[in-house]
Amino acid sequence: MIEKILVLEVVLPLLAAPVCVLVRHPRFCRLFSLGVVAACFAIAVALLVEVRGGGVISYELGGWPPPLGIEYRVSTVNAYLLALVTSMALVVFSFDSRGGPPRVPEERRHLYYAVFLLCISGLLGIAITGDAFNIFVFLEISSLSSYILVSLGGHRRAVMSAFYYLVMGTIGGVFFMLGVGLLYQATGTLNLRDIAARLEPSLDDRGTVLALALLVVGISIKLAVFPLHHWLPNAYSFAPPKVSAFLAATATKVSFYLLAMVLFTIFGAPFVFEELRLQAVLLPLSILAMFLASGAAIFQTDLRRLLAYSSVAQIGYMTLGLSTANATGLAGGLVHLFNHAVMKGGLFLVVACLLYRVGSVHIDALAGIGRRMPLTSAALVIGGLSLIGVPGTVGFVSKWYLVSGVLERGWTAAAVLILLSSLLALVYVGKVVEVLYFRKPAETQPIDHVREAPLGMLAPAWVLAAAAVFFGLTTDWTYGVAREAAELLLAGGI
Amino acid sequence: MKPPSRVREMPILRVIARALVPVILLFGLYVQFHGDFGPGGGFQAGVIFAAGLIIFALTFGVEALRQVVPVVLTERLMAAGVLLYGAVGVVAMFLGGEFLDYSALDPLTTGHYGQHLGIIVIELGVGIAVAATIMRVYYAFVGRRPGEDETGAEQALDAGAGREVS
Repeated sequence: MIEKILVLEVVLPLLAAPVCVLVRHPRFCRLFSLGVVAACFAIAVALLVEVRGGGVISYELGGWPPPLGIEYRVSTVNAYLLALVTSMALVVFSFDSRGGPPRVPEERRHLYYAVFLLCISGLLGIAITGDAFNIFVFLEISSLSSYILVSLGGHRRAVMSAFYYLVMGTIGGVFFMLGVGLLYQATGTLNLRDIAARLEPSLDDRGTVLALALLVVGISIKLAVFPLHHWLPNAYSFAPPKVSAFLAATATKVSFYLLAMVLFTIFGAPFVFEELRLQAVLLPLSILAMFLASGAAIFQTDLRRLLAYSSVAQIGYMTLGLSTANATGLAGGLVHLFNHAVMKGGLFLVVACLLYRVGSVHIDALAGIGRRMPLTSAALVIGGLSLIGVPGTVGFVSKWYLVSGVLERGWTAAAVLILLSSLLALVYVGKVVEVLYFRKPAETQPIDHVREAPLGMLAPAWVLAAAAVFFGLTTDWTYGVAREAAELLLAGGI
Repeated sequence: MKPPSRVREMPILRVIARALVPVILLFGLYVQFHGDFGPGGGFQAGVIFAAGLIIFALTFGVEALRQVVPVVLTERLMAAGVLLYGAVGVVAMFLGGEFLDYSALDPLTTGHYGQHLGIIVIELGVGIAVAATIMRVYYAFVGRRPGEDETGAEQALDAGAGREVS
């Protein structure tokens, strides 16, 4: 049954978007998109259950068999991504922002939902498809819609940062496109498995190496790998809070999947990590990201910027897992996708709560808020502890396997650096907690009127905070799946 | 609203536009529906059709075009076109095929009738969406004054206080 309706995972949000534009009723659009996202989540979970243990489901679009037709191919790797994107989308859509700041005008709110659905559809499409050009199309759908979503932030600088994101994202997209073009020239096919089967990468073959370089750089821009991360802090801090929560939780994760897929499935781990030795670049960049971005986060005075820089650092952990190229490390990177999505999504939802009640998330405005909004602040503390990697939270699980993977590889220094960088996280999280709970509010900014956030906002934020603890204690559906996915990737499959 | 004075004084332009616009629209439809026998298809047809209407606006004023195709209508047509395309795929699924499997559209007869039907309908969807999008882009451009932000401009446009292109 599920293999017959697999395509609905992408088609439902894709077609729900024009329905929202046609109906135009804001309340209808809100409930309708929530329903669509819930249906997508159900399909994703059903797919994950179905393929766990090594199953693969293939779907031929339009009845054209691959490699000529477009094939949707679901294995543990992408079912995991689908479940991640849809679960985060579901939580973010159930977050009732009550027209809180920034306000999208009532008569345009249907467009906001339509664009949001398109973004989800694009991200799911990238994860599900087994066709290189189809990936590019979905990459553009998700990117274009996320530029629009970022630009809705209300602040003047939101438009500017959306434009900057657009320029960088387009460069990334073009690089990806050129890489796919070169692969097509080398193999004569666009089906990913077919490319992988026909491609015989070697260092003497300049075209193939160039294709790899273009693909890696292009995807790294979208993923915000350290020196290419510049678009991310602005985009996340000026976007509407719900959008930041969604993008931080999903967009970079899908790019990470794409990078892993290119490296392991198309080019294969032996070529990339033994002949070409990509880890010689990827490992230092990951460690630099962990330290420099965490260091930058310490000096931020806006909570959203702080979280955005912390995201860049966390992406460093993921790419570190990628560069170990062994099952434990890669599984650590993959499990960190979900774990980081849970904590960062939760933290950005907390930011949305604070913005709604306090009106600002500048660090000085938050002084003493811990007493006025105890539940919201507690959720922030849990997310923060998870960012540090305290045992009992998801952050600990990821770091445990990352460190194990790095040690398995014999990189003792890198393992020490991972632990040291956690101290930086301790500093920036500690700074926020100190302000929330221990600092007296400034007399110019009385906070007596500030009340606890409404339930419709608090509940989704707490769902993610609770998930950060729950999946920190039971790891079968996170690390278990990620491990399976990592082994599948290392074996060259998807 | 009256067309801009410079254009109003150009009878040749007005007469030729009046004669050509219907032909251009008809040609757009021809490219649309003849697309599966000759060169053409929804995208090209949509562009030609919208270009015909934009020539109309350039000669007779944006206000005249807005009476024919309101801004809201272009937005709805954009969505309707996409929906038409997708609906073909979903209908094919209900008829037992894969998504966008046109052969499933015609389960009774063998041969390529289903493929033919499917491609015509989806290309119609493409044509509607492209034509509407191009006109919406045009409206967005002519609705802007320097130094005015877009929301204000569009409200002005929707309220019928738009300006002519000059």
